[in-house]
Amino acid sequence: MTRSAAYTILHETEYAPCGVPVSLAQHLLHLIPRELPWQSRESGRIVVEPDLAHLTEGEDAFGNPVAWLSLDTPHDGLLVRAESHVTVMSRELPDPEDSPPWETVRDSLRYHPEPRDADSLDALRYLYASPRVPCSAALAAFAGQAFKPGVPVLAGAQALMALIFETFTFDAKATEVNTPVHEVLLRKRGVCQDFAHLMIAALRSAGLPARYMSGYLLTDPPPGKPRLIGADASHAWVAVWCPHNGWVEYDPTNGIQPDLRHVTLGWGRDFQDVSPLRGVILGGLAQAPEVRVTVMPDAEQGEPV
Amino acid sequence: MSSSILAHYPYRPDSYDELFGEDGVRPHWQEFLDHIDESSADTLKLRAAQLSRGIQQNGVTYNVYADPRGTDRPWSVDLLPLILPADEWRGISAAITQRARLLNALLGDLYGAQTTLSEGLLPPELVYGHKGFLWPCSGLKPPGGAYLHLYAADLARSPDGRWWVIADRTQSPSGAGYALENRQLVSRAFPDLFRDMQVRSLSGFFRGLQRSLANQAPTDGEPPLTVLLTPGPFNETYFEHVYLARNMGFPLVEGQDLTVRNDTVFLKTVSGLKRVHAILRRLDDDFCDPVELRADSALGVPGLLGAVRAGRVLVANALGSGLLESAALPGFLPGICRHLLGEEIAMPSVATWWCGEEPARKEVLENLRSLVIKPTFPGGGNEVIFGDQLAEDQFDEVTRRIEAEPSAFVAQELVKLSRAPAWGGGQRRKLLTRSMGLRVYAAITPEGYNVLPGGLARVAGVDNTRILTMQKGGSSKDTWVLSDGPVASFSLLNNNIRVGDLIEETGTLSSRLAENLFWCGRYGERCDAVARLARLALSRLSEGRRSERAGALTMMLELAAGAGLIESRVGSLPIAKAELDLFRAVLDRRSDSGLAANLQRLMWCATQAREHLSLDHWHALKRLSSELEAARATVTDVSALLEFLDGALTTFVSLSGFAMDNMTRDTGWRLHIVGRRVERLDYLARTLARFLRAYGDINGPLQRELAVEALLELCDSIITYRTRYRAQPELLPALHMLTTDDGNPHALAFQVRMASNYLARFEADEKVDLGVAELEASFAAIRAFPWGRLEAVCPALERVDASQQLAGLFDRLGSAGRTLSDRLAMRFFSHVGQTGQATFAA
Repeated sequence: MTRSAAYTILHETEYAPCGVPVSLAQHLLHLIPRELPWQSRESGRIVVEPDLAHLTEGEDAFGNPVAWLSLDTPHDGLLVRAESHVTVMSRELPDPEDSPPWETVRDSLRYHPEPRDADSLDALRYLYASPRVPCSAALAAFAGQAFKPGVPVLAGAQALMALIFETFTFDAKATEVNTPVHEVLLRKRGVCQDFAHLMIAALRSAGLPARYMSGYLLTDPPPGKPRLIGADASHAWVAVWCPHNGWVEYDPTNGIQPDLRHVTLGWGRDFQDVSPLRGVILGGLAQAPEVRVTVMPDAEQGEPV
Repeated sequence: MSSSILAHYPYRPDSYDELFGEDGVRPHWQEFLDHIDESSADTLKLRAAQLSRGIQQNGVTYNVYADPRGTDRPWSVDLLPLILPADEWRGISAAITQRARLLNALLGDLYGAQTTLSEGLLPPELVYGHKGFLWPCSGLKPPGGAYLHLYAADLARSPDGRWWVIADRTQSPSGAGYALENRQLVSRAFPDLFRDMQVRSLSGFFRGLQRSLANQAPTDGEPPLTVLLTPGPFNETYFEHVYLARNMGFPLVEGQDLTVRNDTVFLKTVSGLKRVHAILRRLDDDFCDPVELRADSALGVPGLLGAVRAGRVLVANALGSGLLESAALPGFLPGICRHLLGEEIAMPSVATWWCGEEPARKEVLENLRSLVIKPTFPGGGNEVIFGDQLAEDQFDEVTRRIEAEPSAFVAQELVKLSRAPAWGGGQRRKLLTRSMGLRVYAAITPEGYNVLPGGLARVAGVDNTRILTMQKGGSSKDTWVLSDGPVASFSLLNNNIRVGDLIEETGTLSSRLAENLFWCGRYGERCDAVARLARLALSRLSEGRRSERAGALTMMLELAAGAGLIESRVGSLPIAKAELDLFRAVLDRRSDSGLAANLQRLMWCATQAREHLSLDHWHALKRLSSELEAARATVTDVSALLEFLDGALTTFVSLSGFAMDNMTRDTGWRLHIVGRRVERLDYLARTLARFLRAYGDINGPLQRELAVEALLELCDSIITYRTRYRAQPELLPALHMLTTDDGNPHALAFQVRMASNYLARFEADEKVDLGVAELEASFAAIRAFPWGRLEAVCPALERVDASQQLAGLFDRLGSAGRTLSDRLAMRFFSHVGQTGQATFAA
């Protein structure tokens, strides 16, 4: 029997009113969940307050839904509110031992002057260093702790995830949005984005394609407490490519393989390709916007808070 | 050897010599050589001197290290051109045309279906691993399928005489402007020869590009506006940006001059936002839009990619075209050429191995000694390694680095560059030879690619036989391509603008340029005023406080304090302290109201507005700026400081002369002049108000007379006063002369009249209230002031009261002037407030 879970997701980004108007804003939004074999989107909508902005919707180079927002009427404050309804279905997890040795995967991606199939060409897009993900011998050595010679690629990925989950500490104060991967590796602390970037960097340094997954994670309110609106956050995890199974996902922050609690927004080479909101603002007080996320299981809807 | 000048020609048989072969002088050089041989040493020397003077006069520079302090270096061009015969050029031209078509098609493939990757013709790493592959540009189709509007190839000739492509320039090729400039300079040195030899003309090359941009740009029926986007004056080839913008009549803009509204690009001009239909960019593509490309770029235009995606603007070269600048690419082009064009590639690239391929890596490591090693991708440090020059330990180090990261390295066969004759300089007629490479250009036209019949030949410094760069003592050459048939006689020397090329007024003055011209005016005038005040205060100081001329000193110190040059406790301020303050005010930038600080501001604005200033203007400023630097170290006593100030004042006077004589009377000029008038008005009104307030405290008629004399001197009006009154300075006539006499360029009336004249025109044209009415009203109040109350016969109390009232009127006038300046700024200079720009990702 296929299990499934339905969610309502609210994602608000706000430049609070401060007396200095925002005179021009240009943003790129990755706020609408992607349609996937295991995830259906019943609705997805972006509303901007004030209602003076132009919104154009489209698809980015990685196939993710995007919206471009532009506002050129001065206004004090700016609120971007995304609301979507999705249903996530459970996926069958592949047997990690039943996958090719990681060296085989690595070598199959080396260049030969011969035609290449679409699947592996797609994988190659996620094999090289990208703006937020460096590749280095140190990172390859780190990956080597999990990818011993001859280890099946998915078993190695599982071990690498476990290594990060067990030896790194979740610490929201240890890093900032721009902390480099090498520093995370050294300090062994960070948040989901850091762990995802680290795992991707290690995999790519070992010669294996890895994607940055952007989305949400359902959290449980403390026992007996109601779910608080805006208390959740964006989440990030990793997908590894295996010629037999396609992309297989790992969440190094929680040491689990994503299932019904992970909602996918989209993916890219790293955070920069799929950050929920990026852009330029003229005016205001140059303060970073405030972000509020709520992931609400539909079963809970209507229950008294 | 038929020519005597060849008697000592340093021919080297191991390289290809452009002039001399196994059979003697190559035929296409004969005519040129005969001419040189017939010319006397003096004639040639004269021509060489004319050539360097031409470089100076035209202000051709190359900003060597992109130094913000502006270490512009004069361009270097050799007297002797490189000469190429018609049939040889046909081959080069056909090959370059094909290569431009090929690279354009490859960009279309890589930003589209990527068949070259799926067919295995190009390693995916060279695309997906290249920072120049702009992912957000995937799937974008530029108008007419044109990605590459301007393309350049670096060519070299091997000892067997064949040409090879060394590198491709697809981002925003530089140097074509310098090639045009070289042509002007060198053809002028040999006018008859140039005509007789039927050298092909370069004119028309950029006209073709211009036509393509105009044709392809999405215009919605509007007359197309094309701009040239530059990273700014600190870029190493900024001279060329200015040159090309002028040559093609495109406004030269920086990212901040453009704004995107509703997927449409606009230029912020003094007459509002104007839609831009095409952008010829000299800014690297990844810097072009901080929203979707490099978020840390402050040079780009937020939202530009959106406008491109919406098909509302043409960007040339297309965003993403830098992708093809990879040393590894040439090795794969023959296969790609067969696949995309169904043709064999016409001109081979120098043999290239990408170490990311295992067999290639092995071969490279085995033959490292005979190869050149380059980084695969641009931007990762431009280090080029010559295998035969490596010491043993370096050799191992390079081997290790290639093995650790093979795909980051490319090996190329070492090409022994050809050698071209160069002018020896000096007293005797002597030729040298130098290693040489040739950069050639192709531009898209409505009829296909057009190759510039010529190019930028680059020659190495004395001992360098391998690297051609303008940064390391190299030089350049004009390239003469000879014609088979007759060259249309009118185009022979056609570097001149024809009637059809005349442009009446550029019309689109960007707000940034306008703002900088305005502030150039204000700071120029302010520097003048500060220098004058400091000079006067210093010379009075040196006469001492107790002298019989104390009245003048007190007044000068009062005014200097009011202007922020010295501390304000004038009465008790020790002379030594006042002197120290004045030294600082002149030489130290930390003295905020002083000369050094204001000169720095002036320099900044002038740098930003440089394309609008005459060369003399610019040079005078640069000279003064370096004199000030020098003075900081050498000036230790008052007389040396006074001498420096004398020199500075001469410069400021010539600057204002340049503004009157050498600048075109356009909107930018009017704003510059308004800046000067507004500044002088403000400064003078403040000075007069302060003077009146301090005047009452000066005791004794003699001392008061000296104070008035000092005021007249400060306002550069003492001579006028003496001629007119032939009497000792008195308050009433002096004030009157500095106020209401509108024939005196140092009087308030003059500033008011000029500012009103120009600004009333803006007010009428733009239908805005800049505050001219209030300016005129506050001046009318001064005119209507009962001046009789200041007459010496009036009771002292009456006179004090009148002085206070008049000072109040000066305050009002000064404030009207400042309002005017603010409103100008609001109306003309900023279309989106003065607030900062911030980039976020959340």
